[in-house]
Amino acid sequence: MAFAAFSNNTPNKNSGAPVKSGKIVLALLLPGLIYLAMFFFIPLVALIQTSLEKRVTTPSVHFEAAWNWQNYVDVIDRYLPQILRSFGYAFVATIIALLISYPLAYFIGVKVRHRPVLQRLMVTLVIAPFFISFLLRTIAWKQLLADNSATMDFIRQLGLIGPNESFIGTGGAVVFGLVYNFIPFMTLPLYTTLERLDVRYLEAGSDLYASPSKVFRKVTLPLSMPGIISGTLLTFIPIAGDYVNASQDFLGSADTSMIGTMVVQDQLVTNNPQSATALSVLLMGTILVLITVYVRRAGTEELL
Amino acid sequence: MASQVKVSGADLELIDVRKDFPGFTALDDMDLHIPAGEFFALLGPSGCGKTTTLRIVAGLETPTQGQVLIGGQDITNMKPHERPVNTVFQSYALFPHMTILENVAFGLRQRKIDDPLKKAQDALDLVELGHVGARRPQQLSGGQQQRVALARALVNRPSLLLLDEPLGALDLKLRRQMQIELKAIQMEVGLTFLHVTHDQEEAMDMADTVAVMNKGRIEQMGAPEALYDRPKTAFVSKFLGQSNLFVGKVVDSNDSSVSIEVGGHKVTVDKKRAEKHTGTIAIGVRPEKATFHTENPKLGSDHVSIGQGEIIDIRFTGVSNQYLIEVPNVGEITVFAQNIGKSPVIELGAKVWVSWKVEHSFGLSDLPDGTEDQG
Repeated sequence: MAFAAFSNNTPNKNSGAPVKSGKIVLALLLPGLIYLAMFFFIPLVALIQTSLEKRVTTPSVHFEAAWNWQNYVDVIDRYLPQILRSFGYAFVATIIALLISYPLAYFIGVKVRHRPVLQRLMVTLVIAPFFISFLLRTIAWKQLLADNSATMDFIRQLGLIGPNESFIGTGGAVVFGLVYNFIPFMTLPLYTTLERLDVRYLEAGSDLYASPSKVFRKVTLPLSMPGIISGTLLTFIPIAGDYVNASQDFLGSADTSMIGTMVVQDQLVTNNPQSATALSVLLMGTILVLITVYVRRAGTEELL
Repeated sequence: MASQVKVSGADLELIDVRKDFPGFTALDDMDLHIPAGEFFALLGPSGCGKTTTLRIVAGLETPTQGQVLIGGQDITNMKPHERPVNTVFQSYALFPHMTILENVAFGLRQRKIDDPLKKAQDALDLVELGHVGARRPQQLSGGQQQRVALARALVNRPSLLLLDEPLGALDLKLRRQMQIELKAIQMEVGLTFLHVTHDQEEAMDMADTVAVMNKGRIEQMGAPEALYDRPKTAFVSKFLGQSNLFVGKVVDSNDSSVSIEVGGHKVTVDKKRAEKHTGTIAIGVRPEKATFHTENPKLGSDHVSIGQGEIIDIRFTGVSNQYLIEVPNVGEITVFAQNIGKSPVIELGAKVWVSWKVEHSFGLSDLPDGTEDQG
């Protein structure tokens, strides 16, 4: 009886509720939706539209809306080395950042777990560089890595590079700068995952005959996959589009240009927005495809 | 080496094992020998050192001093993964990123044993969970996870299986059921089981031998019946079941018995059931061994009789009632009486005498906390 009474009443109450709450939800979402439309959707459409414009010479030289895919063929043709270099640098820098961050995050998240003050201090140190502008820090590195700097004298004495070689302006210097600038984005997600790692799983692993290295590979690593995935995405994506570190004004040279450098050049120097936008869309699309494949693979094999 | 599969259990020996943590001693020079194939329980309150003992045997803690031997082999300096020991953890610690079957096969794979999945499946069948192999640990109930944890340890046929309060997270009914299954499995596989628990009923129910631990030491060790019948210290008499303890000066001692005087009454214990025969000693009796009478029973010297007292509390516990009797100058005495006839058998406030057979008294080696030794 009681159930029958409930089943009769609840639909009536519910039928009114979703409409009301739906309006409230919409009202609450509206500012966000407007923001997204104005600052993401419309610019994105404008970007794609510009990238497909056609150059018309009659009656005067101007650009017309079109489906001119030739722009994409042109930029790939012209900038293939920069495109490959961008993803190459991003890949190498992400791997290096992961190799440096993982032990660091493990130490902060697991080893000093029972000393909360030290742990908080170390997390603060990881994000401390953000207190100073990214550009200023990169310029500081330019000074430190300059040919006649004390740092380079020291590195030459160590024999790491030859007496007449430069480090600044090389691919190594750019990757160094990228790793340096983006490493907190790798360390923090790794730290949040490892901080929650239950060491009892590791004890269970060693109790079940797994050596420490096996425990790491079979237990620790799979359990920290969520952190590894978010860390690598948060570093790989911005690094692939970075135009500061590789620029000649900072740590790079003409030989180290990345996609971002070329976008800046086309847009601001040679005044070729069609090329700049085509390159941007290409970068965005490639990253989207790469991370989809990556997350799918990692997701199905390790996360579930 | 861990890769040697032993079909039956091996004995465990702890020699003079000590574990100091900053600020306190968790284990105080412990000596212990567990014969092969035995179900051994370490019983004690939290912080008594029982889990530390287990972790030292598993290799997860390093003893400050002393030796750990399994089957006569010194394993003190072996890494956990090299020891022929498996643990069922209190939290089960099933790997969340693996299926149940892969969890159970984990130990076999590490030791590169042939056909790990087949053996894992057999182990799951043993704990009647053969149908959940493809699931994830978080999809199972607590009781199922517990059995998977047991299968994951048993499948390796360790010389010694360690159980760290594995039933602690289960509800009472499931716990009783798992106790029976665990005992049946132990008899079936014939391994040595070292079971750590704070549940005295669990320990007495399952173990062949129980060691009661307190403050990093084993207070008393023996078969559950023997421990219950003749506790030797005040701690054991209170931790394992309930006890009425009487403290007094020895006033009479002959070849067969020792008597103390408590509030004008004589409490006697058989000499061979008393740890101490002189000075101030404590004599105890279990509440179910004592009975009460509405008139002075006028019993002979083979009984202890105390009275007159008053019933001040009656608690119904199902099969029996628990009566609390206040006796002037003696204190409170607890008596259990079965509810065979009417319940309660006597009313609150009734005046009664309490008696028990001398052969049921036990004499302790120490005095209960808070009592002064009067010489």
